[in-house]
Amino acid sequence: MSAPLLSVKELHTHFSVRVSKGLFGERRPLRAVDGVSFDLAAGETLGVVGESGCGKSTLGRSILRLIEPTGGEVLWQGSDLMHVDRHTMRNHRRDIQIIFQDPLASLDPRMTIGEIIAEPLKTFERSLNKTQLRDRVRAMMDKVGLLPQMINRYPHEFSGGQCQRIGIARAMIVEPRLIVCDEPVSALDVSIQAQIINLLMDLQRDYGLALIFISHDLSVVRHIGHRIMVLYLGQAMEVAERDALFDRPLHPYTQALISAVPLPDPDKERAKQRIMLSGDLPSPLDPPSGCVFRTRCPKATDLCAQSRPSLDDRGGNQSVACHYV
Amino acid sequence: MTAVLDIDDLNIRFSTPEGTVNAVNGLSLSVSAGESVGIVGESGSGKSQVFLSTMGLLAKNGRAKGSTRFHGEELLGLKADRLNAIRGVRMAMIFQDPMTSLNPYLRISRQMTEVLMEHKGLSRAEARSRSIRMLERVGIPEAAKRVDMYPHEFSGGMRQRVMIAMALLCEPDLIIADEPTTALDVTIQAQILDLLSELRGDTNSAVVLITHDLGVVAGLCDRVVVMYAGRVVETGLVRDIFYSPRHPYTVGLLESIPRLEGDGEGGAEHPRLKAIDGQPPNLQSEIAGCAFAPRCPRVEERCQQERPDLIGLDNGHACACHKVGPT
Repeated sequence: MSAPLLSVKELHTHFSVRVSKGLFGERRPLRAVDGVSFDLAAGETLGVVGESGCGKSTLGRSILRLIEPTGGEVLWQGSDLMHVDRHTMRNHRRDIQIIFQDPLASLDPRMTIGEIIAEPLKTFERSLNKTQLRDRVRAMMDKVGLLPQMINRYPHEFSGGQCQRIGIARAMIVEPRLIVCDEPVSALDVSIQAQIINLLMDLQRDYGLALIFISHDLSVVRHIGHRIMVLYLGQAMEVAERDALFDRPLHPYTQALISAVPLPDPDKERAKQRIMLSGDLPSPLDPPSGCVFRTRCPKATDLCAQSRPSLDDRGGNQSVACHYV
Repeated sequence: MTAVLDIDDLNIRFSTPEGTVNAVNGLSLSVSAGESVGIVGESGSGKSQVFLSTMGLLAKNGRAKGSTRFHGEELLGLKADRLNAIRGVRMAMIFQDPMTSLNPYLRISRQMTEVLMEHKGLSRAEARSRSIRMLERVGIPEAAKRVDMYPHEFSGGMRQRVMIAMALLCEPDLIIADEPTTALDVTIQAQILDLLSELRGDTNSAVVLITHDLGVVAGLCDRVVVMYAGRVVETGLVRDIFYSPRHPYTVGLLESIPRLEGDGEGGAEHPRLKAIDGQPPNLQSEIAGCAFAPRCPRVEERCQQERPDLIGLDNGHACACHKVGPT
């Protein structure tokens, strides 16, 4: 395999959170992303799944340095992104774009959608004149399934699915190599969700785009991802090829997560044995010692409280962080 | 079976600055004792509004016309004091976001005992011990201690358990659950779904489950009502709806869900999802024909002009489509 497009090594993003009141109140680190590593090839989709608070969004934003990571390495085609100045980083963002969950909130309500989609071009291709800009915007609108004659309308005139198309057009207009998709279909109804997933997969095929697809929805991630990473409290529990992860999950958390999803099939759903996890997600301010999952793990022993299992390859490109696999 | 809830030709209109929105149009359905009915549909299909009107909780600009009877008694237009003797006692509602339906200023104990003292005439001490028992039943650890906590001291899943406990306090005949697990993480959702199906086993309450998640319906419901643009487009037993859907919208909905089981997938190439093209209609204007016609793969000329009635097929299966006749 050729050199990866993106290589993330031991990435840490910690926040300092005040846990008691007052000017000199105690502060504690919140390890939102706690040592995450992965490689991503051109044209590949990495699905990132996990429950709320697992750090999946922070991970996506840390890669673009929209949130500054506190440690680790992010290499873009071999060159370091972590220590470059703002100007260089900005130029890299031409290659790495992001789309967000709430499509309406991520669009400026006072700009027409033509202006919104053209905005990145004004930053990165300053030599374009008005006509060229307009042609590029119209071509991209057509590509993402928006009628080009809607170019002068405002975001509030569009439905959620269409707003997400606008967001995708804005990301795509500078011809990026990678798009970080942060829960891009979670706010959409299923019939619209399918349209947007198809659009992202078409764009990937036509432009050889790489995607980091962040979602809490395992079914969506199975559909779109080539490789899947399961996060829990800022750490990767398991990373594997899509079919291996869903058909033969090894980590107890992955197994429980998959078995918890209700299947839209009455016979299968009712016959299914669920692996129930007791309790709630621990506070990320006070994570368990050793393995972060041990407080809810059906297999946990004393060893799990003492040492943190490393993410090791168990064959077939399936890596698992568990003492008992 | 006797009907607990009987809705007949219900219409709900909202007056907005942009004009009237026809949220629910000529909807009829009934729920029998002990039965669990899933109401599915996309945002804006009117599925929540139907049951908010049942509870007398429509927004101020909303008007409901038609008939909604609870054990034969008409609820629409009922005086507030009579309605209050029914809702919360004989029918209860569980909402999506427990944080906004619990009072943040009051301890859980106060919010729970109030219901029992008001409706069942229990003393404070009796109401308190019954509340604690109910919290234990929905799986809240250390219920005797936690009953005196405030809502913000509970996690999302625990708050939803508290909401369920409150709904069950007076042993209602009808429980309306509006997206009860949508705000929860999937492992917590699994806990709540387990609790709901366990509770269904030991009470005889009828349950209406409003959700956009077909997986939740598949696991919990006996019967399904599919709504589109404020109307019922298909209804039937859960297996009929999932395994022999007839309405093109139901068919499209089931096909557009990505499958976790990965059936028919495999291989390096990802198949395309079968999306339903287009978007739901704007409900501000009266729709002449079938509301699904602009998105329907089987549309013909008649569909644009003439609205299909809900026609019974067999086994309580009914479908509103010109292209689907009785078998």
